[in-house]
Amino acid sequence: MKDHKGVMIYAEQRGGKVHPVSYELLGKGREIADKLNVELSSVLLGSQMAEEAQELIYYGADTVFLYDHADFREFDLINYKRNIVRLVEEVRPEILLLGATHLGRSLGPRIAVALSTGLTADCIGLDIDEQDNLVQIRPAFSGNILAYIRTSTRPQMATIRYKVMQKRERDPGRRGEVVRKDVELGDPLLALVGKESSSGVNIAEADVIVSGGRGLKKPEDFKILEGLAEVLGGVIGSSRPLVDDGWIGKEHQVGFSGNTVKPKLYVACGVSGSPQHLAGMRASDIIVAVNSDPSAPIFRIADYGVVGDLYEVVPKLTDELRRRQSG
Amino acid sequence: MISIVVPIKQVPDMERVKFDKEKGTVDRSSAPGEINPFDLNALEAAVQIKEKLGATVTTVSMGPPQAEAALRDALSRGADRGILLVDRAFAGADTWATSYTLASAIQRLGQTDLIVCGEKTVDGDTGQVGPEIAEWLDIPHVAYVSEIKNVGEKMVVVCDMEGDRYLMESRFPLLITVTKDINSPRLPSFSDKLKARKAEIEKCTAEELSAVADASRFGLKGSPTRLNKVIVPSEEGRKGEIFRGNPEETALRLADALKEGGLSENVK
Ligand SMILES: Cc1cc2nc3c(=O)[nH]c(=O)nc-3n(C[C@H](O)[C@H](O)[C@H](O)COP(=O)(O)OP(=O)(O)OC[C@H]3O[C@@H](n4cnc5c(N)ncnc54)[C@H](O)[C@@H]3O)c2cc1C
Ligand SMILES: Nc1ncnc2c1ncn2[C@@H]1O[C@H](COP(=O)(O)O)[C@@H](O)[C@H]1O
Repeated sequence: MKDHKGVMIYAEQRGGKVHPVSYELLGKGREIADKLNVELSSVLLGSQMAEEAQELIYYGADTVFLYDHADFREFDLINYKRNIVRLVEEVRPEILLLGATHLGRSLGPRIAVALSTGLTADCIGLDIDEQDNLVQIRPAFSGNILAYIRTSTRPQMATIRYKVMQKRERDPGRRGEVVRKDVELGDPLLALVGKESSSGVNIAEADVIVSGGRGLKKPEDFKILEGLAEVLGGVIGSSRPLVDDGWIGKEHQVGFSGNTVKPKLYVACGVSGSPQHLAGMRASDIIVAVNSDPSAPIFRIADYGVVGDLYEVVPKLTDELRRRQSG
Repeated sequence: MISIVVPIKQVPDMERVKFDKEKGTVDRSSAPGEINPFDLNALEAAVQIKEKLGATVTTVSMGPPQAEAALRDALSRGADRGILLVDRAFAGADTWATSYTLASAIQRLGQTDLIVCGEKTVDGDTGQVGPEIAEWLDIPHVAYVSEIKNVGEKMVVVCDMEGDRYLMESRFPLLITVTKDINSPRLPSFSDKLKARKAEIEKCTAEELSAVADASRFGLKGSPTRLNKVIVPSEEGRKGEIFRGNPEETALRLADALKEGGLSENVK
């Protein structure tokens, strides 16, 4: 086990765009590497991404292993795995971290099995214990518990949730090395034959979210929430039942089977606060709830709550905020 | 005919399961077991393929003896066969050991064209077991499948990634993991339930599985990750200021609170 040394993070990109979780991983990775007094490296697979590789150094990497190939502009799961596994076997890091994005959660398990090592999913905390082992903290049971996990094999692998780790200040003076690696390609078992980019709303990135639940009486009533979202500069979220009923697109769904969000402000209107809904928004900075039922569970995690009818409270709040903004 | 395997897990009903804050434990006896909700979507997807093209649908579960009920439930919803991997030696498995055990059982079944898993379980909540099975079997996989476009010589599916939709084409054998958006699982009819009650659930022990697998990789002792402790967090640190009264007044007070927090301005 002692022959494994260093921290490696997988820098995710899709379509030439580095996912911001990669910088967060570098921030946490740097902290851990400094604690262990080892190197922090990063692996980037893509097409023509030399500049981005350099950015990874500015954000904390000592070494970036760059796999540049035209076929790697979009993800190629099997070949990504093949090259990362080969690299890990060569570099032998003791820790390997990926973002808990859709891609990370699809790629990580294959790498872990190929390397005969354990993988902890969707971590929200990482620590180093007295024996220099990685302690991985993750929610389970739909977010109801937090589990502390250790790994007996090397590398210790984990996927890390987006928006929980801090990225470092970009430092264009930082020095590091970009190492270009030969790409190995195997038989294409799986082909990407088309792509539709998202319609634009990405509530996972939003600073303010105004969400509606079954307290809404008809689809058109989302308009009321849109008014509030507009004055607050936010976007619309939804509980699952309204998505299932086709009132609003699934890209708006917050919760266990939808999006995990972490806005500065989350306003839940007519949302009861089921465990599955909370699983997607409990990390929000400030939570506001408007609900006519004083015993609704959402009030238990709210910073501010209004017991009342959303059809009365929300328009009044919107008007008041608008009045103050223009005044 | 296409042979499809659907790995399903019995999980506690999350609406009812109790957590002990002091001891940091989950009281699994506090709630009845049910099929992991996402696995119902997986099963439904498999049964729809069977109805359209002809297929055999085998469900496999690794779990305690009670998990037999989940496999019976699956039979009533259109599965043809139910296999329970049941042995104390399987207990305490992490995703690595679970996926190894399931992959071995699938290998033991012989030729499999398609494996359909749920996106994740509501208790383990990792989504790892599916892609890990694919790696053990050395076959491709597509995760987060929200639509099946075509099943023919090849399979074409839509993979949802943070709102982007990728059209993926694969040869068989293939593993997919499906989201809740792929379909609405059917409810079993009363007569199907009755039939399933009498059907046989096949059992497979660690020893039987050892014929094709390395038993040192089963269960807790085969698991590279270990749970050290569990905490049941309480929602602390929230202000919990609740405003009641007439709507004008409460709206005003909420507006004040947002202003104080610097949240009442459109920041864009
Ligand atoms: C596997 C699984 C995954 C799931 N994933 C998700 C998920 O990702 N996201 C999700 O949200 N749910 C999810 N659910 C569903 C979840 O269990 C709940 O059913 C759902 O969150 C409830 O939505 P709701 O709060 O809008 O509705 P309800 O629970 O019906 O609550 C409506 C609330 O509105 C209030 N209300 C009614 N009228 C008014 C009014 N005029 N003014 C103010 N308040 C009013 C009521 O008091 C009530 O509290 C999932 C379930 C399962 C089994
Ligand atoms: N014990 C198990 N038995 C059968 N299938 C399982 C088991 N655990 C997980 N699975 C399958 O793997 C998927 C992902 O589970 P998980 O990685 O635990 O979130 C589930 O939706 C099931 O299809």
